[in-house]
Amino acid sequence: MAKKELDILLKATKICKSFGNFVANQNIDISIAKGQIHALLGENGAGKSTLVKIFYGVLQPDSGSIEINKQKISITSPNIARKNGIGMVFQHFSLFPALTVAENILIALDNKIQFKKVVDEISKLSKEWELFVDPLKLVSELSVGEKQRVEIIRCLMQNPSLLIMDEPTSVLTPQEIKNLFKILKKLASSGCSILYISHKLEEIIELADEVTILKSGKSIASIDAKKTTTNFLAETMVGKKITELKKAIRSKSKKIAFEVKNLDKLKDHEFGISLRNINLQVNYGEILGVAGIAGNGQVELMKILSGEINSKDNDQILLEKIPIGKTNINERRKLGIETIPEERTFHATVPNLTLSENTFLTYFFKYSNTKSWITNLLNNPQNSLDESKKIVKNNDVRCPETNPLASQLSGGNLQKFILGRSLANNPKVAIFSQPTWGVDIGAATAIRQKLLDLSQSGKAVILISQDLEEIFELSDKICVINEGVLSAIFDVSEITATDVGLLMGGKNRENQKMDPIK
Amino acid sequence: MITFIPRDKVSKNWIIIAPILSIVFTIFFGLLIFAFLGYNPLETLYQIFVSPFSRIDRISDILVKACPLIIIGTGLMLCFKSNVWNIGAEGQFIMGALLAGFIALSFPNIETKFFLLITILAGFVGGALWAFIPAILKTKLNVNEILVSLMLVYVAMLFIDFIVRGPLRDPMSFGFPLSKPYPEGALINKIPFPGIGFLGQLHYGILFVFLLVPFSWIFVNKTLGGFKINVLGSAPQAAKFAGFKQNSITITVLLLSGGLAGVAGVIEVSANIGQLQPEVSFGYGFTAIIVAFLGRLSPIGIFFAGIIIATVKLGADNAQMTMGIPKVVTGLFEGILLFFLLTGETLQKYKIKWSEGKK
Repeated sequence: MAKKELDILLKATKICKSFGNFVANQNIDISIAKGQIHALLGENGAGKSTLVKIFYGVLQPDSGSIEINKQKISITSPNIARKNGIGMVFQHFSLFPALTVAENILIALDNKIQFKKVVDEISKLSKEWELFVDPLKLVSELSVGEKQRVEIIRCLMQNPSLLIMDEPTSVLTPQEIKNLFKILKKLASSGCSILYISHKLEEIIELADEVTILKSGKSIASIDAKKTTTNFLAETMVGKKITELKKAIRSKSKKIAFEVKNLDKLKDHEFGISLRNINLQVNYGEILGVAGIAGNGQVELMKILSGEINSKDNDQILLEKIPIGKTNINERRKLGIETIPEERTFHATVPNLTLSENTFLTYFFKYSNTKSWITNLLNNPQNSLDESKKIVKNNDVRCPETNPLASQLSGGNLQKFILGRSLANNPKVAIFSQPTWGVDIGAATAIRQKLLDLSQSGKAVILISQDLEEIFELSDKICVINEGVLSAIFDVSEITATDVGLLMGGKNRENQKMDPIK
Repeated sequence: MITFIPRDKVSKNWIIIAPILSIVFTIFFGLLIFAFLGYNPLETLYQIFVSPFSRIDRISDILVKACPLIIIGTGLMLCFKSNVWNIGAEGQFIMGALLAGFIALSFPNIETKFFLLITILAGFVGGALWAFIPAILKTKLNVNEILVSLMLVYVAMLFIDFIVRGPLRDPMSFGFPLSKPYPEGALINKIPFPGIGFLGQLHYGILFVFLLVPFSWIFVNKTLGGFKINVLGSAPQAAKFAGFKQNSITITVLLLSGGLAGVAGVIEVSANIGQLQPEVSFGYGFTAIIVAFLGRLSPIGIFFAGIIIATVKLGADNAQMTMGIPKVVTGLFEGILLFFLLTGETLQKYKIKWSEGKK
């Protein structure tokens, strides 16, 4: 088959790239054969994205050389990359939601051709590669999987010899992933090479021919993907043995901690999601996992659960049967409900403020003296320095200096800080959204362990996550959110990943009757 | 293509060197331009930069000129820090002066200086009410505050023009559009210095600046209110997460900045004019926007920025009077100065990278 061909399509030697003092890529060598699916594996911040951005001409290397078909070239812009047959599908799609599929593709083409021709070409390609998508549909009406197909078609229009895919599966359901893999394998067998970036090990073993592992900006190994194991890959990637989660058997209480009843919320902007008839409940000592692909209403749900916005009726949200739907976020904090939004910077923290100021951000009411408005006014972040030091110490947050700016912490350490800040308030109910998203494996394990410990100490936890593995690993009960509708709640023992995948793809919407909201 | 890359650390030396270099560059290009236009370059430079400092009464005039700029700039700082774009300080200045003037002229015989507290308060209320219009429109109807506040400037200008030509015109003014002179109790006096007498136009209103600067520094850096403004400006989402009420912050900063502009209006009229006339401002409300940004939105920075801008404005006046250099030329020079000061500040934080151009 194709992978037996030994012709090298792209060969990069000694690629170096630094940003200021930070070395993102250091002497990276990689060669991709024609028709090969080559995986690039590494933790967040290992330099994967930098490397492929260099291949696609978005970034320029400081030194090193790139050969395509044994010709040395310098890729100074994406334009030149495309002319040399390199196409790229980004992790975050670059499509205009208000335009149709065909219009979006037309805009991106280097050679302008007629609109009708574009439509024909799209129909032809989508049949040929089973990338089914209607060229005249508005992008805002497409599912995430369909949007990704549009991006792939956009690349295929240029007849690429190398297709770069940056973490393509992070937004897909298991079924959509299967479909994508089928397409990628078909593309590879027709001679198109694929550079596939991921940190998911199973995927790589299933899909790739060869895998190059990056760690702290260096390429540390190139391995035949068919002859390796996930364990070996994981240990090579992280550089140490991964500690396993300690999951003790819990005595399940039957006491309901937190409930949401018949909650509706109309979307507040055009591309937002309306929440429809949300019902959920979680008991003390239990983790409820809310699975779902990002952008299906998690952000909206989180705002209303945290109290950033209020529900319409006070009794739509209940804490121990007491209505709290109309309380604000700080009143809920006082009641013992702690929330963490998925956006770490700019939402959970302010990047240009110090950790003590960021501690003060969610706890200023704790230090406030309600007796006198003047002491309340003079209440300031200095008061929370000790508290923030405690959070840093107790949660193993690694800081470059005492009391650094939030922006100086790595994603994992910042998330540990945010989690610690919430836990320091000793919550009864913890609602966390995507707590390990984009966090390195070490920090993710620590965070997951904290969630388990929390539920084992009798607290109620709601975990909103798009990471299915995480949901199954931690949750006692599982439900799925899709287009603003929440599925029924299942016990973890009575549902499989496939079922969850189907629900994530919107299966429940067909079976469930909905009342349209006015 | 030029790209700006943030520096890892702002060098402490460059914080001092950059402004000095900016001034050197300004002088160099200023000399070139004046020479090119046929004026004696050194003489011009002397008039603009040195003559405002040449006599002690002139130095005190700098303070007088800077006074409204610093007061308004401090108010605008609160708005700009919280991402509220109040462009209408000029109008709030006028309305503050007008309301205070109305109160002052209603008590024609009052002599006690305690009355000033009432007129200054009236000025605050007048300016704040004028800023309340964009505030309420923004928070209730989501109307852009830039447009509303800016357009209200012209309403205020025409309104004061109407008032001094109509209802409040002094019948003894021989047809000039002027109000009656303020009563003694509404006038801000010049400061007498023992042995020297008055120093130029230096008046007691300047004391307000020296109270305002430290007070606003404490507010911004040491209080919950200042913290809220800071968070709202840098991360509105985080402000919601902290439970700060965005709308009430927006309204508060607009009322405060409008009020301060109004107070500046009262001080300007009560100290330097003594009656209402169609033109009370001379663009202080707009110049203060530059002052606020040049002062990097910090109270102490704004104090010095006010001094710098006032110096150049006075220097330009001197150059015009003694050498007949047109205002546009000195305006050009002000532009060069601002350009280099802001460039210097930007280059402290960013380095420039030239990359190969795309077509």
